[in-house]
Amino acid sequence: MTTSKLFIDYFMQYVKTRLQYRSDFFVQMVTDIMFQTVNLVFILVVFNHTTHLSSWSREEVIFIYGYFLVPFSIFAAFFNLWEFNERYIIKGELDRVLTRPVHSLFQVMMETMTPESLSGALTGMAVMGWASWEMDLQFHWYDPLLFLLFALGGAAIYGGLYIMLTSISLFSDSKTDIQPIMYNVGNYGRYPIDIYNKVIQIVLTWLMPFAFVGFYPASFLLHDDRWLTFAMLTPVMGFLWFALGIMVWNLGIKNYRGAGS
Amino acid sequence: MLEKYVELMRLRFLMMLAYRVNYYSGIIIYSLNIGVYYFLWMAIYGDQTSINGTTAVQMATYVAVAWMSRAFYFNNLDREIAQEIRDGTVAVQLIRPYSYLLGKGFQGLGEGIFRLLLFSVPGMIIVSLVFPIHLPSDMSQWGWFAISLFLGFIINTQLNVLTGLMAFFILNNMGMIRAKRVIIDLLSGLVIPITFFPEWAKNILVYLPFQGISYVPSSILAKGISLTEVISFLEVQLIWTVLLWVPIRLLWLSARRRLVVQGG
Repeated sequence: MTTSKLFIDYFMQYVKTRLQYRSDFFVQMVTDIMFQTVNLVFILVVFNHTTHLSSWSREEVIFIYGYFLVPFSIFAAFFNLWEFNERYIIKGELDRVLTRPVHSLFQVMMETMTPESLSGALTGMAVMGWASWEMDLQFHWYDPLLFLLFALGGAAIYGGLYIMLTSISLFSDSKTDIQPIMYNVGNYGRYPIDIYNKVIQIVLTWLMPFAFVGFYPASFLLHDDRWLTFAMLTPVMGFLWFALGIMVWNLGIKNYRGAGS
Repeated sequence: MLEKYVELMRLRFLMMLAYRVNYYSGIIIYSLNIGVYYFLWMAIYGDQTSINGTTAVQMATYVAVAWMSRAFYFNNLDREIAQEIRDGTVAVQLIRPYSYLLGKGFQGLGEGIFRLLLFSVPGMIIVSLVFPIHLPSDMSQWGWFAISLFLGFIINTQLNVLTGLMAFFILNNMGMIRAKRVIIDLLSGLVIPITFFPEWAKNILVYLPFQGISYVPSSILAKGISLTEVISFLEVQLIWTVLLWVPIRLLWLSARRRLVVQGG
Protein backbone atom coordinates (compact mmCIF):
# COMPACT_ATOMS: atom_id res chain seq x y z
CA MET A 1 0.00 0.00 0.00
CA THR A 2 2.62 2.51 1.06
CA THR A 3 4.82 1.26 -1.76
CA SER A 4 2.28 2.05 -4.45
CA LYS A 5 1.58 5.43 -2.87
CA LEU A 6 5.31 6.16 -2.83
CA PHE A 7 5.54 5.07 -6.44
CA ILE A 8 2.82 7.53 -7.42
CA ASP A 9 4.49 10.33 -5.47
CA TYR A 10 7.84 9.62 -7.08
CA PHE A 11 6.16 9.52 -10.46
CA MET A 12 4.50 12.91 -9.96
CA GLN A 13 7.82 14.33 -8.84
CA TYR A 14 9.40 12.88 -11.94
CA VAL A 15 6.82 14.46 -14.22
CA LYS A 16 7.51 17.83 -12.62
CA THR A 17 11.26 17.65 -13.15
CA ARG A 18 10.73 16.45 -16.70
CA LEU A 19 8.50 19.40 -17.46
CA GLN A 20 11.26 21.62 -16.10
CA TYR A 21 13.85 20.27 -18.52
CA ARG A 22 11.70 19.73 -21.57
CA SER A 23 14.57 19.53 -24.06
CA ASP A 24 16.02 16.58 -22.11
CA PHE A 25 12.76 14.72 -22.45
CA PHE A 26 12.76 15.28 -26.19
CA VAL A 27 16.39 14.21 -26.55
CA GLN A 28 15.72 11.02 -24.60
CA MET A 29 12.80 10.12 -26.86
CA VAL A 30 14.81 10.76 -30.01
CA THR A 31 17.80 8.75 -28.81
CA ASP A 32 15.56 5.84 -27.81
CA ILE A 33 14.03 5.74 -31.27
CA MET A 34 17.45 6.03 -32.86
CA PHE A 35 18.72 3.14 -30.78
CA GLN A 36 15.83 0.95 -31.90
CA THR A 37 16.15 1.77 -35.60
CA VAL A 38 19.91 1.24 -35.65
CA ASN A 39 19.42 -2.35 -34.52
CA LEU A 40 16.66 -2.90 -37.03
CA VAL A 41 18.92 -1.56 -39.76
CA PHE A 42 21.45 -4.27 -38.97
CA ILE A 43 18.87 -7.01 -39.53
CA LEU A 44 17.60 -5.42 -42.75
CA VAL A 45 21.09 -4.95 -44.20
CA VAL A 46 22.11 -8.49 -43.32
CA PHE A 47 19.06 -9.98 -45.04
CA ASN A 48 20.03 -8.22 -48.23
CA HIS A 49 22.74 -10.81 -48.52
CA THR A 50 20.99 -13.97 -47.41
CA THR A 51 17.45 -15.31 -47.31
CA HIS A 52 17.82 -17.27 -44.09
CA LEU A 53 19.82 -17.07 -40.90
CA SER A 54 20.27 -20.75 -40.15
CA SER A 55 16.63 -21.82 -40.60
CA TRP A 56 15.13 -18.45 -39.69
CA SER A 57 13.53 -16.11 -42.18
CA ARG A 58 13.81 -12.34 -42.18
CA GLU A 59 10.33 -11.86 -40.73
CA GLU A 60 11.02 -14.30 -37.93
CA VAL A 61 14.26 -12.55 -36.94
CA ILE A 62 12.46 -9.20 -37.03
CA PHE A 63 9.68 -10.67 -34.88
CA ILE A 64 12.25 -11.82 -32.31
CA TYR A 65 13.76 -8.33 -32.29
CA GLY A 66 10.36 -6.72 -31.81
CA TYR A 67 9.67 -9.06 -28.92
CA PHE A 68 13.05 -8.27 -27.37
CA LEU A 69 12.22 -4.56 -27.30
CA VAL A 70 9.32 -5.14 -24.91
CA PRO A 71 11.16 -6.63 -21.89
CA PHE A 72 14.13 -4.43 -22.74
CA SER A 73 12.18 -1.18 -22.49
CA ILE A 74 10.50 -2.25 -19.25
CA PHE A 75 13.99 -2.82 -17.95
CA ALA A 76 15.32 0.46 -19.35
CA ALA A 77 12.49 2.42 -17.78
CA PHE A 78 13.01 1.21 -14.22
CA PHE A 79 16.63 0.13 -13.98
CA ASN A 80 18.41 3.23 -15.12
CA LEU A 81 21.39 2.58 -12.88
CA TRP A 82 24.07 3.90 -15.25
CA GLU A 83 25.33 6.67 -13.06
CA PHE A 84 24.88 4.91 -9.76
CA ASN A 85 28.58 4.94 -8.99
CA GLU A 86 29.11 8.65 -9.71
CA ARG A 87 25.89 9.89 -8.21
CA TYR A 88 25.29 7.64 -5.20
CA ILE A 89 28.74 6.44 -4.16
CA ILE A 90 31.22 9.16 -5.12
CA LYS A 91 28.85 12.05 -4.42
CA GLY A 92 27.52 10.19 -1.38
CA GLU A 93 23.80 10.41 -2.11
CA LEU A 94 23.46 6.84 -0.91
CA ASP A 95 23.93 8.06 2.66
CA ARG A 96 20.77 10.11 2.32
CA VAL A 97 18.90 7.14 0.91
CA LEU A 98 20.03 4.87 3.73
CA THR A 99 18.62 7.12 6.44
CA ARG A 100 15.09 6.61 5.14
CA PRO A 101 12.76 3.80 6.20
CA VAL A 102 12.15 2.35 2.72
CA HIS A 103 14.29 -0.25 0.97
CA SER A 104 17.33 1.49 -0.50
CA LEU A 105 17.11 -0.19 -3.91
CA PHE A 106 13.48 0.84 -4.30
CA GLN A 107 14.40 4.46 -3.61
CA VAL A 108 17.34 4.43 -6.03
CA MET A 109 15.21 2.86 -8.74
CA MET A 110 12.46 5.41 -8.24
CA GLU A 111 14.86 8.32 -8.26
CA THR A 112 16.48 7.25 -11.51
CA MET A 113 13.55 5.86 -13.48
CA THR A 114 12.78 7.09 -17.00
CA PRO A 115 9.19 5.99 -17.74
CA GLU A 116 9.35 7.53 -21.22
CA SER A 117 11.56 4.58 -22.22
CA LEU A 118 8.41 2.46 -22.09
CA SER A 119 7.60 3.87 -25.52
CA GLY A 120 10.07 1.26 -26.77
CA ALA A 121 7.55 -1.42 -25.82
CA LEU A 122 5.06 0.16 -28.23
CA THR A 123 7.66 0.19 -31.00
CA GLY A 124 8.42 -3.44 -30.21
CA MET A 125 4.79 -4.46 -30.39
CA ALA A 126 4.36 -2.58 -33.65
CA VAL A 127 7.38 -4.42 -35.10
CA MET A 128 5.98 -7.74 -33.85
CA GLY A 129 2.59 -6.88 -35.30
CA TRP A 130 4.08 -6.08 -38.70
CA ALA A 131 6.14 -9.29 -38.74
CA SER A 132 3.26 -11.55 -37.68
CA TRP A 133 1.00 -9.92 -40.26
CA GLU A 134 3.62 -10.59 -42.94
CA MET A 135 3.92 -14.21 -41.84
CA ASP A 136 0.19 -14.60 -41.29
CA LEU A 137 0.88 -15.81 -37.76
CA GLN A 138 -2.11 -17.02 -35.74
CA PHE A 139 -2.13 -16.60 -31.97
CA HIS A 140 -3.86 -18.74 -29.33
CA TRP A 141 -6.00 -17.16 -26.65
CA TYR A 142 -3.30 -17.79 -24.05
CA ASP A 143 -0.46 -16.28 -26.08
CA PRO A 144 -1.00 -12.67 -24.91
CA LEU A 145 -1.02 -13.83 -21.27
CA LEU A 146 2.20 -15.78 -21.71
CA PHE A 147 3.67 -12.87 -23.62
CA LEU A 148 3.08 -10.60 -20.65
CA LEU A 149 4.55 -13.16 -18.26
CA PHE A 150 7.59 -13.67 -20.51
CA ALA A 151 8.16 -9.96 -20.91
CA LEU A 152 8.07 -9.37 -17.15
CA GLY A 153 10.34 -12.37 -16.61
CA GLY A 154 12.80 -11.09 -19.18
CA ALA A 155 12.85 -7.62 -17.65
CA ALA A 156 13.45 -9.23 -14.23
CA ILE A 157 16.43 -11.21 -15.56
CA TYR A 158 17.95 -8.07 -17.01
CA GLY A 159 17.12 -6.16 -13.82
CA GLY A 160 18.63 -8.77 -11.53
CA LEU A 161 21.82 -8.90 -13.55
CA TYR A 162 22.21 -5.13 -13.60
CA ILE A 163 21.49 -4.85 -9.90
CA MET A 164 24.30 -7.31 -9.34
CA LEU A 165 26.69 -5.37 -11.55
CA THR A 166 25.71 -2.11 -9.91
CA SER A 167 26.28 -3.67 -6.50
CA ILE A 168 29.97 -4.04 -7.35
CA SER A 169 30.21 -0.31 -6.59
CA LEU A 170 29.05 -1.04 -3.04
CA PHE A 171 31.94 -3.40 -2.44
CA SER A 172 34.71 -1.38 -4.08
CA ASP A 173 34.50 2.32 -4.78
CA SER A 174 36.73 2.10 -7.85
CA LYS A 175 35.13 2.96 -11.15
CA THR A 176 33.92 0.14 -13.36
CA ASP A 177 32.87 0.41 -16.98
CA ILE A 178 31.18 -2.97 -17.04
CA GLN A 179 27.63 -1.75 -17.38
CA PRO A 180 27.96 0.06 -20.73
CA ILE A 181 29.85 -2.90 -22.18
CA MET A 182 27.13 -5.24 -20.98
CA TYR A 183 24.72 -3.20 -23.03
CA ASN A 184 26.26 -4.66 -26.18
CA VAL A 185 26.30 -8.21 -24.96
CA GLY A 186 22.72 -7.96 -23.80
CA ASN A 187 21.67 -7.65 -27.41
CA TYR A 188 22.91 -11.07 -28.42
CA GLY A 189 19.91 -12.86 -26.98
CA ARG A 190 17.77 -11.55 -29.77
CA TYR A 191 19.38 -13.67 -32.50
CA PRO A 192 18.40 -17.32 -33.00
CA ILE A 193 20.49 -19.24 -30.52
CA ASP A 194 21.10 -22.19 -32.85
CA ILE A 195 23.49 -20.12 -34.97
CA TYR A 196 26.01 -20.04 -32.11
CA ASN A 197 28.25 -22.87 -30.97
CA LYS A 198 27.73 -24.76 -27.70
CA VAL A 199 29.94 -22.54 -25.52
CA ILE A 200 28.14 -19.34 -26.43
CA GLN A 201 24.77 -21.06 -26.14
CA ILE A 202 25.60 -22.10 -22.59
CA VAL A 203 26.85 -18.62 -21.71
CA LEU A 204 23.71 -16.97 -23.08
CA THR A 205 21.45 -19.46 -21.31
CA TRP A 206 22.97 -19.85 -17.87
CA LEU A 207 25.78 -17.36 -17.18
CA MET A 208 24.38 -14.25 -18.86
CA PRO A 209 20.88 -15.50 -19.57
CA PHE A 210 20.04 -13.00 -22.31
CA ALA A 211 18.54 -15.68 -24.52
CA PHE A 212 15.59 -15.67 -22.11
CA VAL A 213 15.05 -11.97 -22.78
CA GLY A 214 14.71 -12.46 -26.52
CA PHE A 215 15.01 -15.68 -28.36
CA TYR A 216 13.52 -18.43 -26.15
CA PRO A 217 10.14 -16.83 -25.46
CA ALA A 218 9.93 -15.34 -28.96
CA SER A 219 10.51 -18.76 -30.55
CA PHE A 220 7.57 -20.05 -28.53
CA LEU A 221 5.35 -17.23 -29.78
CA LEU A 222 6.49 -18.17 -33.29
CA HIS A 223 5.08 -21.68 -32.63
CA ASP A 224 8.49 -23.30 -32.69
CA ASP A 225 8.44 -25.91 -29.93
CA ARG A 226 12.11 -26.84 -29.97
CA TRP A 227 12.88 -24.55 -27.04
CA LEU A 228 9.56 -24.99 -25.26
CA THR A 229 11.08 -25.86 -21.87
CA PHE A 230 13.41 -22.87 -21.98
CA ALA A 231 10.58 -20.54 -22.93
CA MET A 232 8.50 -21.76 -20.00
CA LEU A 233 11.48 -21.31 -17.69
CA THR A 234 11.58 -17.55 -18.47
CA PRO A 235 9.46 -16.37 -15.51
CA VAL A 236 11.30 -18.78 -13.17
CA MET A 237 14.67 -17.50 -14.34
CA GLY A 238 13.40 -13.95 -13.95
CA PHE A 239 12.41 -14.62 -10.38
CA LEU A 240 15.70 -16.35 -9.55
CA TRP A 241 17.97 -13.70 -11.08
CA PHE A 242 16.02 -10.85 -9.57
CA ALA A 243 16.14 -12.48 -6.14
CA LEU A 244 19.86 -13.07 -6.58
CA GLY A 245 20.33 -9.41 -7.56
CA ILE A 246 18.53 -8.20 -4.45
CA MET A 247 20.53 -10.57 -2.25
CA VAL A 248 23.81 -9.25 -3.62
CA TRP A 249 22.55 -5.68 -3.21
CA ASN A 250 21.57 -6.25 0.43
CA LEU A 251 24.94 -7.80 1.11
CA GLY A 252 26.59 -4.80 -0.53
CA ILE A 253 24.57 -2.34 1.58
CA LYS A 254 25.70 -4.15 4.72
CA ASN A 255 29.26 -3.90 3.48
CA TYR A 256 29.00 -0.26 2.37
CA ARG A 257 31.16 2.19 4.28
CA GLY A 258 30.82 5.38 2.31
CA ALA A 259 33.43 6.99 0.11
CA GLY A 260 34.56 9.57 2.66
CA SER A 261 33.79 13.29 3.00
CA MET B 1 55.80 21.47 -24.05
CA LEU B 2 54.90 17.91 -24.93
CA GLU B 3 56.19 16.38 -21.67
CA LYS B 4 53.11 17.54 -19.80
CA TYR B 5 50.87 15.62 -22.15
CA VAL B 6 53.05 12.54 -22.16
CA GLU B 7 52.90 12.60 -18.39
CA LEU B 8 49.07 12.78 -18.49
CA MET B 9 49.12 9.81 -20.84
CA ARG B 10 51.46 7.85 -18.58
CA LEU B 11 49.31 8.55 -15.54
CA ARG B 12 46.21 7.29 -17.32
CA PHE B 13 48.08 4.17 -18.36
CA LEU B 14 49.00 3.49 -14.74
CA MET B 15 45.46 4.25 -13.61
CA MET B 16 44.17 1.60 -15.99
CA LEU B 17 46.52 -0.90 -14.38
CA ALA B 18 44.80 -0.24 -11.09
CA TYR B 19 41.31 -1.09 -12.32
CA ARG B 20 41.64 -4.84 -12.71
CA VAL B 21 37.92 -5.59 -12.63
CA ASN B 22 37.55 -3.61 -15.85
CA TYR B 23 40.41 -5.47 -17.43
CA TYR B 24 39.18 -8.97 -16.71
CA SER B 25 35.56 -8.22 -17.57
CA GLY B 26 36.76 -6.58 -20.77
CA ILE B 27 38.48 -9.79 -21.84
CA ILE B 28 35.31 -11.83 -21.32
CA ILE B 29 33.08 -9.28 -23.05
CA TYR B 30 35.33 -8.85 -26.08
CA SER B 31 35.77 -12.61 -26.56
CA LEU B 32 32.00 -12.93 -26.46
CA ASN B 33 31.60 -10.07 -28.94
CA ILE B 34 34.01 -11.66 -31.39
CA GLY B 35 32.46 -15.09 -30.91
CA VAL B 36 28.90 -13.88 -31.41
CA TYR B 37 29.66 -11.82 -34.49
CA TYR B 38 31.77 -14.62 -35.93
CA PHE B 39 28.90 -17.11 -35.72
CA LEU B 40 26.38 -14.50 -36.83
CA TRP B 41 28.38 -13.80 -39.98
CA MET B 42 29.03 -17.46 -40.63
CA ALA B 43 25.26 -18.04 -40.43
CA ILE B 44 24.77 -15.17 -42.89
CA TYR B 45 27.29 -16.74 -45.26
CA GLY B 46 25.66 -20.16 -44.89
CA ASP B 47 26.66 -22.10 -47.99
CA GLN B 48 27.97 -19.07 -49.87
CA THR B 49 31.76 -18.87 -49.91
CA SER B 50 31.86 -15.22 -50.92
CA ILE B 51 29.53 -12.22 -50.61
CA ASN B 52 30.29 -8.94 -52.39
CA GLY B 53 33.81 -10.15 -53.09
CA THR B 54 34.51 -10.80 -49.41
CA THR B 55 35.27 -14.42 -48.56
CA ALA B 56 34.11 -16.06 -45.35
CA VAL B 57 37.68 -16.21 -44.05
CA GLN B 58 38.20 -12.50 -44.79
CA MET B 59 34.96 -11.75 -42.97
CA ALA B 60 36.04 -13.74 -39.92
CA THR B 61 39.37 -11.88 -39.96
CA TYR B 62 37.54 -8.60 -40.31
CA VAL B 63 35.37 -9.33 -37.26
CA ALA B 64 38.39 -10.20 -35.12
CA VAL B 65 40.50 -7.23 -36.27
CA ALA B 66 37.62 -4.76 -35.98
CA TRP B 67 36.82 -5.70 -32.39
CA MET B 68 40.44 -5.79 -31.29
CA SER B 69 40.94 -2.36 -32.89
CA ARG B 70 37.91 -1.09 -31.03
CA ALA B 71 39.70 -1.89 -27.79
CA PHE B 72 42.32 0.65 -28.86
CA TYR B 73 40.24 3.49 -30.25
CA PHE B 74 37.36 3.23 -27.79
CA ASN B 75 37.30 5.56 -24.79
CA ASN B 76 34.84 7.24 -22.49
CA LEU B 77 36.10 10.80 -22.98
CA ASP B 78 32.58 11.93 -23.92
CA ARG B 79 31.23 10.78 -20.57
CA GLU B 80 34.21 12.17 -18.70
CA ILE B 81 33.96 15.61 -20.27
CA ALA B 82 30.18 15.77 -19.79
CA GLN B 83 30.60 14.74 -16.17
CA GLU B 84 33.24 17.40 -15.51
CA ILE B 85 31.12 20.06 -17.15
CA ARG B 86 28.11 19.14 -15.08
CA ASP B 87 29.80 18.95 -11.69
CA GLY B 88 31.87 22.03 -12.40
CA THR B 89 35.35 20.50 -12.11
CA VAL B 90 35.92 21.75 -15.65
CA ALA B 91 36.41 25.21 -14.14
CA VAL B 92 39.38 23.95 -12.13
CA GLN B 93 40.75 22.12 -15.17
CA LEU B 94 40.60 25.29 -17.23
CA ILE B 95 43.09 27.14 -15.07
CA ARG B 96 45.70 24.38 -15.35
CA PRO B 97 48.70 25.11 -17.56
CA TYR B 98 47.75 22.84 -20.44
CA SER B 99 45.02 22.68 -23.04
CA TYR B 100 42.05 20.91 -21.50
CA LEU B 101 40.95 19.15 -24.68
CA LEU B 102 44.44 18.11 -25.79
CA GLY B 103 45.08 16.78 -22.30
CA LYS B 104 41.91 14.70 -22.57
CA GLY B 105 43.04 13.38 -25.92
CA PHE B 106 46.34 12.20 -24.49
CA GLN B 107 44.58 10.57 -21.56
CA GLY B 108 42.46 8.68 -24.08
CA LEU B 109 45.64 7.65 -25.85
CA GLY B 110 47.09 6.32 -22.61
CA GLU B 111 43.97 4.27 -22.14
CA GLY B 112 44.13 3.01 -25.73
CA ILE B 113 47.80 2.02 -25.50
CA PHE B 114 47.09 0.13 -22.30
CA ARG B 115 44.38 -1.94 -23.93
CA LEU B 116 46.36 -2.38 -27.13
CA LEU B 117 49.35 -3.87 -25.33
CA LEU B 118 47.69 -5.86 -22.58
CA PHE B 119 44.53 -6.79 -24.37
CA SER B 120 44.43 -6.60 -28.15
CA VAL B 121 47.82 -8.16 -28.85
CA PRO B 122 47.41 -11.24 -26.61
CA GLY B 123 43.73 -11.41 -27.57
CA MET B 124 44.57 -11.44 -31.27
CA ILE B 125 47.00 -14.32 -30.78
CA ILE B 126 44.37 -16.39 -28.96
CA VAL B 127 41.65 -15.54 -31.49
CA SER B 128 43.89 -16.56 -34.40
CA LEU B 129 44.33 -19.95 -32.76
CA VAL B 130 40.63 -20.50 -32.05
CA PHE B 131 39.00 -19.15 -35.22
CA PRO B 132 40.03 -19.82 -38.83
CA ILE B 133 41.24 -16.31 -39.63
CA HIS B 134 44.00 -15.20 -41.96
CA LEU B 135 46.34 -12.34 -41.03
CA PRO B 136 48.83 -10.98 -43.59
CA SER B 137 52.48 -11.87 -43.12
CA ASP B 138 53.58 -8.82 -45.12
CA MET B 139 55.02 -6.31 -42.64
CA SER B 140 54.22 -3.23 -44.76
CA GLN B 141 50.53 -4.05 -44.51
CA TRP B 142 50.81 -4.04 -40.72
CA GLY B 143 52.54 -0.68 -40.98
CA TRP B 144 49.70 0.84 -43.01
CA PHE B 145 47.24 -0.69 -40.59
CA ALA B 146 49.02 0.93 -37.64
CA ILE B 147 48.91 4.38 -39.26
CA SER B 148 45.27 3.96 -40.21
CA LEU B 149 44.33 2.68 -36.75
CA PHE B 150 45.94 5.73 -35.16
CA LEU B 151 44.05 8.08 -37.48
CA GLY B 152 40.88 6.17 -36.60
CA PHE B 153 41.63 6.77 -32.95
CA ILE B 154 41.96 10.51 -33.58
CA ILE B 155 38.63 10.68 -35.46
CA ASN B 156 36.82 8.72 -32.77
CA THR B 157 38.33 10.82 -30.01
CA GLN B 158 37.34 14.03 -31.81
CA LEU B 159 33.77 12.79 -32.09
CA ASN B 160 33.81 11.88 -28.40
CA VAL B 161 35.05 15.32 -27.47
CA LEU B 162 32.32 16.91 -29.61
CA THR B 163 29.62 14.84 -27.92
CA GLY B 164 31.05 15.54 -24.49
CA LEU B 165 31.15 19.29 -25.12
CA MET B 166 27.45 19.22 -25.96
CA ALA B 167 26.92 19.05 -22.19
CA PHE B 168 27.53 22.80 -22.23
CA PHE B 169 24.36 23.22 -24.26
CA ILE B 170 22.15 20.29 -23.20
CA LEU B 171 22.30 19.88 -19.46
CA ASN B 172 21.78 16.13 -19.52
CA ASN B 173 23.37 14.60 -22.59
CA MET B 174 23.77 11.02 -21.36
CA GLY B 175 21.16 9.74 -23.81
CA MET B 176 22.96 11.43 -26.64
CA ILE B 177 26.24 9.84 -25.59
CA ARG B 178 24.67 6.40 -25.58
CA ALA B 179 23.01 6.94 -28.95
CA LYS B 180 26.29 8.17 -30.41
CA ARG B 181 28.00 4.98 -29.29
CA VAL B 182 25.43 2.79 -31.02
CA ILE B 183 25.51 4.89 -34.18
CA ILE B 184 29.29 4.78 -34.37
CA ASP B 185 29.29 0.99 -33.92
CA LEU B 186 26.91 0.70 -36.86
CA LEU B 187 28.15 3.38 -39.26
CA SER B 188 31.86 2.90 -38.65
CA GLY B 189 31.63 -0.58 -40.14
CA LEU B 190 32.29 -2.40 -36.87
CA VAL B 191 29.18 -4.58 -37.02
CA ILE B 192 28.65 -4.41 -40.80
CA PRO B 193 31.50 -3.64 -43.22
CA ILE B 194 30.61 -0.60 -45.33
CA THR B 195 30.65 -2.69 -48.54
CA PHE B 196 27.67 -4.69 -47.25
CA PHE B 197 25.38 -1.68 -47.05
CA PRO B 198 22.97 -1.06 -49.93
CA GLU B 199 24.29 1.17 -52.71
CA TRP B 200 22.50 4.38 -51.65
CA ALA B 201 23.67 4.03 -48.04
CA LYS B 202 27.23 3.40 -49.16
CA ASN B 203 27.15 6.61 -51.21
CA ILE B 204 26.23 8.54 -48.09
CA LEU B 205 28.60 6.74 -45.75
CA VAL B 206 31.69 7.53 -47.83
CA TYR B 207 31.07 11.20 -47.13
CA LEU B 208 30.85 10.69 -43.36
CA PRO B 209 33.76 10.49 -40.92
CA PHE B 210 32.63 7.24 -39.26
CA GLN B 211 34.12 4.83 -41.82
CA GLY B 212 37.58 6.11 -40.88
CA ILE B 213 37.19 4.75 -37.35
CA SER B 214 36.78 1.05 -37.98
CA TYR B 215 36.10 0.11 -41.58
CA VAL B 216 39.28 1.60 -43.08
CA PRO B 217 41.87 0.12 -40.70
CA SER B 218 40.12 -3.26 -40.47
CA SER B 219 39.84 -3.64 -44.25
CA ILE B 220 43.49 -2.77 -44.73
CA LEU B 221 44.46 -5.72 -42.57
CA ALA B 222 41.68 -8.19 -43.34
CA LYS B 223 41.19 -7.81 -47.07
CA GLY B 224 44.65 -7.04 -48.35
CA ILE B 225 43.77 -4.06 -50.55
CA SER B 226 46.10 -2.44 -53.08
CA LEU B 227 48.56 0.29 -52.18
CA THR B 228 46.79 3.03 -54.18
CA GLU B 229 43.56 2.20 -52.37
CA VAL B 230 45.34 2.29 -49.02
CA ILE B 231 46.73 5.73 -49.80
CA SER B 232 43.34 7.11 -50.80
CA PHE B 233 41.83 5.63 -47.61
CA LEU B 234 44.48 7.30 -45.48
CA GLU B 235 43.88 10.60 -47.27
CA VAL B 236 40.20 10.49 -46.39
CA GLN B 237 41.04 9.79 -42.77
CA LEU B 238 43.57 12.59 -42.67
CA ILE B 239 41.11 15.08 -44.15
CA TRP B 240 38.56 14.19 -41.49
CA THR B 241 41.00 14.62 -38.61
CA VAL B 242 41.59 18.15 -39.87
CA LEU B 243 37.95 18.94 -40.65
CA LEU B 244 36.65 17.76 -37.29
CA TRP B 245 38.96 20.17 -35.58
CA VAL B 246 36.80 23.08 -36.77
CA PRO B 247 33.51 22.29 -34.98
CA ILE B 248 35.43 21.34 -31.82
CA ARG B 249 37.19 24.69 -31.85
CA LEU B 250 33.96 26.62 -32.47
CA LEU B 251 32.04 24.70 -29.83
CA TRP B 252 34.83 25.12 -27.32
CA LEU B 253 35.07 28.87 -27.85
CA SER B 254 31.35 29.48 -27.55
CA ALA B 255 31.09 27.01 -24.66
CA ARG B 256 33.70 28.75 -22.56
CA ARG B 257 31.80 31.98 -22.95
CA ARG B 258 28.58 30.49 -21.65
CA LEU B 259 30.05 28.26 -18.95
CA VAL B 260 27.45 27.83 -16.23
CA VAL B 261 28.55 25.58 -13.42
CA GLN B 262 25.50 23.85 -11.98
CA GLY B 263 25.79 24.11 -8.25
CA GLY B 264 29.10 24.08 -6.38
